[in-house]
Amino acid sequence: MERPVRSDLAGVEPPEGRRGGGVGKRLAPYGLLAPAGVWQALFFIVPMFAMFTLSLSTGSSRTGYNFDWAFANYPEVIDRYGQFFLRSFRNASIVTVLGLALAYPAAYWIAFHGGRRKSTFLLLLLLPFFVSFVIRTLSWSFILSDEGFVLGTLKDIGVLPDAFQILNTTPAVIGGITYNLLPFTTLPLFVALDRIDKRLVEAASDLYASRREAFRKVVFPLSLPGVFAGGLLTFIPAMGDYVNADVLGGPGTHMIGNQIQQEFLLQRNYERASALAFILMLMMVVGAIVYARVLGTEDITT
Amino acid sequence: MTESRKIDPSFLRGATMRRMSRRDLFRYAGVGAGALSLSSILAACGTGGETTPPVTGADAPGSTEWWAARNAEGPGPNVNFTNWPQYIDRSNKTIPTLDAFTDATELEVTYRTDISDNALFYAQIRPALEAGQETGHDIIVITSGKELYEMLDLGYLLPLDPDLHPNFDANADPSVVNTSYDPGNAHTLAWQSGFTGIAYNTNYIDRPITSMEDLKDPAFAGKIGMMGNDDAATLALLAVGATPETSTPEEWQQAADWLNEQKDSGVVRKYFVQDYLTAFENEDVWITLAWSGDILIDRLYFGRTEFEFVIPDEGGVLWTDNMCIPQGATNPVGAMMLMDWYFQPDIAAALTEYNNYVSPVPAARDLVEAHAAAATGAEAELLNAVATSPFVFPTPEIGEKVHSYRVLSVDEEQQWNDLFVPIWQG
Repeated sequence: MERPVRSDLAGVEPPEGRRGGGVGKRLAPYGLLAPAGVWQALFFIVPMFAMFTLSLSTGSSRTGYNFDWAFANYPEVIDRYGQFFLRSFRNASIVTVLGLALAYPAAYWIAFHGGRRKSTFLLLLLLPFFVSFVIRTLSWSFILSDEGFVLGTLKDIGVLPDAFQILNTTPAVIGGITYNLLPFTTLPLFVALDRIDKRLVEAASDLYASRREAFRKVVFPLSLPGVFAGGLLTFIPAMGDYVNADVLGGPGTHMIGNQIQQEFLLQRNYERASALAFILMLMMVVGAIVYARVLGTEDITT
Repeated sequence: MTESRKIDPSFLRGATMRRMSRRDLFRYAGVGAGALSLSSILAACGTGGETTPPVTGADAPGSTEWWAARNAEGPGPNVNFTNWPQYIDRSNKTIPTLDAFTDATELEVTYRTDISDNALFYAQIRPALEAGQETGHDIIVITSGKELYEMLDLGYLLPLDPDLHPNFDANADPSVVNTSYDPGNAHTLAWQSGFTGIAYNTNYIDRPITSMEDLKDPAFAGKIGMMGNDDAATLALLAVGATPETSTPEEWQQAADWLNEQKDSGVVRKYFVQDYLTAFENEDVWITLAWSGDILIDRLYFGRTEFEFVIPDEGGVLWTDNMCIPQGATNPVGAMMLMDWYFQPDIAAALTEYNNYVSPVPAARDLVEAHAAAATGAEAELLNAVATSPFVFPTPEIGEKVHSYRVLSVDEEQQWNDLFVPIWQG
């Protein structure tokens, strides 16, 4: 049955029997929020709670776990695997900067010079990402192979020394993550750039700004929300990535995501894995809030 | 001009615009956090250890009475058989030995190759096993290593009906009968066995490789592949002169030191598992720990005659992959029929001719030789090579050089993992 929640605005008297329906009106928002709320509770809060209790448990997957407020799990995993957090942080930072540097010119060009074919260009940019993530990563391991068609050819013509390798090194991992996350970097940038009123640039040049100055003082500042959003959307998945380090990495490229995966799936130390996952999540949430506070509000304008 | 370093107002205006506001950023942060919690869902399963006490008595799955009831029902129409990749005979996208089974028994087989790593596969099915639910597999193939021992220990494998494997009783090699880890073959029947040794590419390495120490040769820096699993730990134990099966924690430490020394010298390209083979075939790796059959297939079927496989002087690993029935399997009778099917000499011969691993049926050798004699040209050459390969039909000399994995208790496993696993991580 139709239920005109805001029927008073339309000047229609609520039908008889609906008159006392103030309760319904007050409850309506909760009703509307309920599906999302249940979803969130089932798939976010409950698992989070399970993970948190597990991270404070002792035991082993073979003998079972006891929840006993084992806060010692946290210092233990930080002590053991702190280096992987740092490595992930470093890699994710490089990926974010690199991704922005690569995505900005492309997004800029499409937004300002794409004309009527903007969406075609965007589609072309995103087309490779219709292929599965893992397959794309695996393809890189073939492309970057020591004797593959890229490095093999460069070695044959003497550009690179014979011992040169990219695959199974840190640059390969960083490159792989940057590549895989490029759409997440590009799209917010494009949206921000595309929304800029192009007349502002004209106005700037009317006021004797050079093209470079117009970019620096008008376009770039106006695109910053896109830079921040793109950066965040790149940094967060980059921090947790493990596929690239697994496929393209070698010794010394293990990231925190790999460690969590290993603890969960190979060693089955669920308590350590949970503690690691929880720390990682906490870092990201706190980091994101701080980031938003510092860069995304009006409170700091002086 | 004494302009202090003030922030450009236009920059700030852009930085603080409401178009993509703080709320958006929070929202994105929420999306990111939500994605992370996937791992927490994993955590929610399988944390209780042995919570469900096994049913005992006549109702217990695998008891004589239980099997009598199952046999009275007869086999189900379909057997779900889950194995490792490239581990069964193929001919134009069909699997002849399975087709023959279907023809003989009218049971369909759903054959999947979902297993690329024991630990990973076990972690996938463990939550279902622990909860007492079916895993979706009637037959799985697990290596004689710590995952198999744990599954046996926790009662996750269905005890077999000893009357349902007549071919096994008649034809199996003594080495796979009544194994140390599964007395009386109460839960497992061998699929194939194989060796872990060293493979190298003679296009790049022109001296014979004989020793584990060759895996430290700086001449091959960046071209050395290691495995990141118990194979590497076991071979390192052999490299330091220990006997893996009876090794002590002190010897584990020495082996870990050996591996760390190798790692710190920077010669290792990567710690692989199943993916070592691709790197070896792409020539990114010249010398690597390897599984015998993989290299033999490349040599014999794909013409990579530059590949050599050796068991190092210090010793190698002989492992056995075992067919077993996980608890809760829906078609145990059909599963047993299929398991026993592979112990017929002609079926076993067809399998070994293709996958080049060690057959648990010694009578297969005569059949492979007979096939070779009857064949002509390249096929005869190939079959002869299979029949005479010491890694398919092992010679006594090789038998003396090989060892099995260490069986670990719960405490020992933690100690073992803490020593070895950080080597292939990090």
